[in-house]
Amino acid sequence: MNLTLFLLALFDGIAYAALVFIVAVGLTLIFGVMRILNVAHGSLYAMGAYLTASLTTFVLAAGLPPVFAFPCMLVSAVLIGVVLGGPLEWLLLRRIYHKPEVLQLLVTFAIFMILEDVQRLIWGTQPIFQSTALQLMGNVRAFSVNYTVYQLILLPVVAIALLVGLRFFLRRTVAGKLILATTEDREAAQAIGIDADKVFLLTFIVGAGLAGLGGALASPTTSILPGIGADMIVLSFAVVATAGLGQIEGAALTALLIGLGRSFAVYVWPETQVLVPYLIMVAVLLVRPEGLFGSPSARKI
Amino acid sequence: MKKLLMATAACALLPFAAFAQDKPEKLQIGVTSFLTGPASVFGVPAKAAAEILAEDINAAGGIQGVPVELTFIDEGAGTEVLTTEYRRIVESGADVMLAAISSGNCKTLAPLAEDLKVINIMWDCGTQKIFEEDDYNYVFRSGAHAGTEMLAAVAYLLKTKPDFKTIAVVNQDYAWGRDSWDIFSAALTALRPDVEVVGEFFPKFGSADFSTEISRLQALQPDVILSTSWGGDLDTFVQQASQRGLTNNSTFVLPLAESSLERLGSALPSGHIVGARGDHYWDHPERRDDADFQAFMAKFEEKTGAKAIYPVFHMSQGMAAIQAAYDAAAAANGGDWPNEDQVIAAMAGLEFQGLGRPVTLREDHQGIEAQLMGTSVQGGELPFATLENMMIFDGAELTTPVGQESVAWVGTLQPGWVDTLTVETFEN
Repeated sequence: MNLTLFLLALFDGIAYAALVFIVAVGLTLIFGVMRILNVAHGSLYAMGAYLTASLTTFVLAAGLPPVFAFPCMLVSAVLIGVVLGGPLEWLLLRRIYHKPEVLQLLVTFAIFMILEDVQRLIWGTQPIFQSTALQLMGNVRAFSVNYTVYQLILLPVVAIALLVGLRFFLRRTVAGKLILATTEDREAAQAIGIDADKVFLLTFIVGAGLAGLGGALASPTTSILPGIGADMIVLSFAVVATAGLGQIEGAALTALLIGLGRSFAVYVWPETQVLVPYLIMVAVLLVRPEGLFGSPSARKI
Repeated sequence: MKKLLMATAACALLPFAAFAQDKPEKLQIGVTSFLTGPASVFGVPAKAAAEILAEDINAAGGIQGVPVELTFIDEGAGTEVLTTEYRRIVESGADVMLAAISSGNCKTLAPLAEDLKVINIMWDCGTQKIFEEDDYNYVFRSGAHAGTEMLAAVAYLLKTKPDFKTIAVVNQDYAWGRDSWDIFSAALTALRPDVEVVGEFFPKFGSADFSTEISRLQALQPDVILSTSWGGDLDTFVQQASQRGLTNNSTFVLPLAESSLERLGSALPSGHIVGARGDHYWDHPERRDDADFQAFMAKFEEKTGAKAIYPVFHMSQGMAAIQAAYDAAAAANGGDWPNEDQVIAAMAGLEFQGLGRPVTLREDHQGIEAQLMGTSVQGGELPFATLENMMIFDGAELTTPVGQESVAWVGTLQPGWVDTLTVETFEN
């Protein structure tokens, strides 16, 4: 493998990692704060993608310039977070925080199944492709290989902005500090007057919105069809588990590891492409069962 | 006691019923098709086609005066549910089954049909292994198999682009993706031993992202890129390849792209090779002027809002096979309604015509179906690619002889074999 191929694989890996991170970070945020493994994250991702494609098509049909494809993504992400995520937490999840984890998993899995059918009802089974946003940004040429500006530059920039933004939000703003405090110790936080219910609702809306944003950003690059949510949730779980549950920086590093591992596999040994993310996960968990950035938690007695 | 008496009476009468073969009230046909899952891109249009065809048959007085009734089973619900439903429908009195789309499902259902003693017409699945590995009494295939389809793609490629030197493949990582490449590469090695395979990629089935493969392919710069992918996978691959200019540097060979033309819109540029798993095309050059063809296409577009794709043609062949078999069996039976064995007897050598050229059933129950290949061209009146420089190959010459195994047989072909083929060519 010469330097050119090495760099090409690097570019591909980074572009892929960016998207994986954006989806996984919402999942890890929700788990970190609420201790709920949200399987429905996959459908929120899919719904975000579908909604963006429909909105963009609608906006273009209404005669607006194609650049409006970008605001459509943000609108979709916010809609997914507020209209779908909000009621989900408020009506369903709120009732199961104290229940066994198996039950929580089953409930979010049920939501996932229901939302899959909702997608089929609304958008049918034929693949949808809406790549206006991606085409708008054109291509960039590196070592006689064309990349789309959207995947090579925009997605990584958004991912880094999200990482920095989330760190700032959690460490420097009051709302973020409240979330962190509740994560650390829910009872103590409530004892000093933090409204834990509100914090949970806010977290879930943000997390769901991030899933929607992941779908929205993925939508111009791929065919949207039933089943995309399931694929993404499996990969996101791998990222979250490898990173250490609730670790945002860990999710970024793991997404990068998995993205690079996958793209180098395609260059060196394509047959192992599917295997690589899970090999990385197994390797990390064998050495550090709590994940890359996770810390062994003291058990409360 | 009363029940017991009735049952006894029924049993006593049973032999008479079997001998008399009165015309039934209806001919029940069970159809398996993907109504959910990725393959519903094929199953949903095929179901619409089956409904139109059944309406047409019934409007014309049914088969031998007997109206047909369709029952659908969803292949997307998983093998377990599929076999249970299949069994249930057969046991509730289905006369003929049309199954299935998935090759895996065909492999599961063929022995089951044999056990249940029900005529099963494999109307869409492509695996060549079914009749090459086993003999069946009740199972037939109303179309070609993967061997014929892949050879047509190889033949068209060699005829239209004889000087290519390198090829890469990007297939889905499951049975069809692997098997089709086995046949294609075996044929290529036999017919053009000098061609170099520079890359073999098998991304996971349902993959949403081919960016890395596309970068790799741009660096490799093969003359030809083969992909037997279909549905969302093919759409995504072609879209991503076209966005990044890969379609400008390499010729794509896409044996299933006829089913994606409309969805791909302007993303599939001119000059790429498109196949249709048989002589299937909404603008079939030999059939487009026929009244029955036009009438069906008008009905189909009105019902679904889309052009007919190959599963629609496959469904028409399956239905035509049933009709032709019952007609032939009734004629041989002096005009009386035939029993199942008589229908099976009529199937040997049967010729029937759906929406394409006539298809014949060989003695090993394999269908011999013509193959249409073409080159994509943009810039017509429609917002998607149509086909030009179409070739229709004779099915018999491309099909593995009875009793031989496809991959081994295509390996025995000699360079120059392509020039011996019977081909009809159409400008557009």
